[in-house]
Amino acid sequence: MAFFDYFRKAPKTAALAKDRLSIIVARERTGSRSGGASYLPQLQQELLAVIARYETIDIGNVTVNLDKSGGTEVLELNIVLPDAPPPPAPRTTHPALA
Amino acid sequence: MSNASKVVVVTSGKGGVGKTTTSANISTGIALQGKKTVAIDFDVGLRNLDLVMGCERRVVYDFVNVIRNEAKLQQALIRDKRVENLYVLPASQTRDKDALDPEGVGRVIEELKQMGFEYIICDSPAGIEKGAQMAMYFADEAIVVTNPEVSSVRDSDRVLGLLAAKTSRAELGGPAIRTHLLLTRYSPMMVKRGEMLSVGDVLELLGIPLLGVIPESKAVLQSSNKGAPAILDETTDVAQAYLDVVFRYLGQERQHRFIEDEKRSFFGRLFG
Repeated sequence: MAFFDYFRKAPKTAALAKDRLSIIVARERTGSRSGGASYLPQLQQELLAVIARYETIDIGNVTVNLDKSGGTEVLELNIVLPDAPPPPAPRTTHPALA
Repeated sequence: MSNASKVVVVTSGKGGVGKTTTSANISTGIALQGKKTVAIDFDVGLRNLDLVMGCERRVVYDFVNVIRNEAKLQQALIRDKRVENLYVLPASQTRDKDALDPEGVGRVIEELKQMGFEYIICDSPAGIEKGAQMAMYFADEAIVVTNPEVSSVRDSDRVLGLLAAKTSRAELGGPAIRTHLLLTRYSPMMVKRGEMLSVGDVLELLGIPLLGVIPESKAVLQSSNKGAPAILDETTDVAQAYLDVVFRYLGQERQHRFIEDEKRSFFGRLFG
């Protein structure tokens, strides 16, 4: 229906495609084309291991990102800590001693 | 002579974007300019370059036979019947991509250089596995074929990463492979409507120089139906676009075409 298409506002899916690609391409480039960042997955594992010694963390709440803007590289480590520390286990008295 | 030859890989990552079409047209176009040219099909197991170039019935020996010393290179090379200086080295249809190894491929390429081939065009299989890596391993230059479409752009970016890391030049610390972007199946009308990534968008995302834009056209299918590369019929837009690409590649200035939507009348837009 070319007649109606002419008056319809065109959907700008190309802009959406470009935005999505900018993000995915930047993410995939760290480690391959930029070089030097190939240690990122291992760094993430080791950082996690250290933090897990002190805090109960959920792996899904940890992101490690290497972003390049201009001449600077920014290593971003984002860890969401649990809301409140787990309550100490209640001290119960053994029934035999009650 | 041998240091004058150039090894060019035509690659993309994603399948179906026009690698084989591009290999056939560019090798034909370069040969038409009087340069001794060979197109090698690296798609072992799924050979198609012979079909697109119309020499499928003349295949006796193939690339893998030569690598395995079962045939001489001269026996496997097919001389094109239409264009002087043009040869095809077909892939094997009965083996798999593991039949290629760097030593064998390197030996064949060196022998082609000794035979005086000025341009050695390597038609890569899709993917980023062994076959694709063999096709790019000895390249001096790469033509990265991309469609203005998200998966193709992403895959091209992966391939650029491989070109920078998994090639002879990268491993030996030589000068980086020169990369060129060839944007195929382009529709200026859709770009104008905001429905397709523009050539500017893709250039910005991939960050490599533009070799050319090939418009979406029925002529591509018709030429593969006939087994005659589109570039041979200069009346089509695809032929014009590939001719531009060849001249540009050989160092001539050519303005980019087929990027802007041609003028359409008000009625054309209403009823088109």
